Amino acid sequence: MAPPSSRRSGFSKKAQYSLFTGYLLAGAGALLGLGLLALSLWQPAAFAPVRGVASDAVAPVGSATAAARAGSQGVFEAIAGYFNAGRQNAELRREVEIARIRLAEAEGVKAENARLRGLLGLNEGTTRPIAVARLVGTTATSGRRHAYVNAGASDGVAPGMPVLSERGVIGRVLETGRSSARVLLLTDSESVLPVRRAADNVIAFAEGRGDGLLRIRLVNLGVNPLKVGDVMVTSGAGGYYRPGVAVAVIAKLTPDGGIGQLVAEPGATNYVAIEPIAQAAAVAALEAPERGESGSAATPRPQPAPSASPSPEALETLD
Amino acid sequence: MERLDPRARSDMYGRRINRAPSPLRARSVPYLSIMAGSLLPVLLIADLMPLSPPFGFLLLLGWRMVRPGLLPLWAGAPLGAFDDLVSGQPFGSAILLWSLALIAIELIETRFPWRGFWQDWFTAGVIGLVYWLCALIVSGARLTPEMLFAALPQGVLTVLLYPIVARLVASLDRFRLSRARVIS
Repeated sequence: MAPPSSRRSGFSKKAQYSLFTGYLLAGAGALLGLGLLALSLWQPAAFAPVRGVASDAVAPVGSATAAARAGSQGVFEAIAGYFNAGRQNAELRREVEIARIRLAEAEGVKAENARLRGLLGLNEGTTRPIAVARLVGTTATSGRRHAYVNAGASDGVAPGMPVLSERGVIGRVLETGRSSARVLLLTDSESVLPVRRAADNVIAFAEGRGDGLLRIRLVNLGVNPLKVGDVMVTSGAGGYYRPGVAVAVIAKLTPDGGIGQLVAEPGATNYVAIEPIAQAAAVAALEAPERGESGSAATPRPQPAPSASPSPEALETLD
Repeated sequence: MERLDPRARSDMYGRRINRAPSPLRARSVPYLSIMAGSLLPVLLIADLMPLSPPFGFLLLLGWRMVRPGLLPLWAGAPLGAFDDLVSGQPFGSAILLWSLALIAIELIETRFPWRGFWQDWFTAGVIGLVYWLCALIVSGARLTPEMLFAALPQGVLTVLLYPIVARLVASLDRFRLSRARVIS
């Protein structure tokens, strides 16, 4: 189909000018976009307030779809349950037997733990979540892996706070609106998290690869001690997360560590807990000199412990 | 006349006598549908990889191709700004890329004024693929080979969805121009 003849300017000066103005405005729009893009790549937090308003507006709709999603998952599971009820029943009975034995063992371990802790004089404060929220959406078209939760600054949520599900780490709060917040998921390729192996103290960094897996990079290189099936938990270094929360299971080994699969997949999660920053004072102390130097509020990422990677300035002062 | 054929005095936009299209609807439907297209992927939970094609951009292409001249040349900037607010891309990326896409289509249209469906699909496919790659590059994330591979289905969907989006836009256009206003 040819464009309508009204769009050809011909000899009409007015039509020619309006066509030219259209091109001029479109070019100006593109230039404006380029400038804004450069600004927001340079300072990612620059447009956070505007985005906060937008996500506040979207969050209620997302809550509705999240409820529908949870409901439909339940329906499918219920239907599937009818088909293999008998087999499942036998399996569950066997599992309960084993679980009862393990429970008894755990009681013993718990008692011993309490006794040893009493000897050492440690008292473990339980962290209470600041807010419990629904995951209401993600940035499904973008290359970034962000999620939205329907709790925000009015609930006490602040940037940097860890977001956990009942299985393990989901991510970290990046920006907050009034009643919604944007969460940087672990799978984002800008996300770095200090972890250790659950069984011992092999420390590593878990980096998002952008395709749903985590790259576990060991801090101490040498013989790779990791094995397939090892569980990595947060080490607590950097001060954002409390130590000992499950992060990933090693699925494949690489020369410098391994490829980890998420323990807590956001897609299978309905409710998440937003916890306070584990060591808020330490985080503030770590961030203060950095902010003074560069003045850029780049995407906050967990700082490695000072001992893990000494900064160049620290090395210089050592000389 | 109506007894012989109830649709005798009406066409695809509804009854012709005593009716006129609503000006509000005629002007707002393209913009509202593109904004709804930007919002739709937010409601999907895609935790592992970029999953859904950019519906907002596809609808923009659809309106531009199916109804040339309806969207002004500069419409990419405001619509892109809205998309940037919810898409998770750094603010400004869609303003830039949507404006450039509209300018590119305008130039292609002046070069080849007679177009057909297949050429429209080809143009939309090429522009969609370039947009998909550029959006990944400027997303602010490190562009790992794994991420590019994981985003491949998104690029393929962007090309394959154009005919469906064009049909959707055509039906939205019938809704837009249906004679809803009663002239008394």
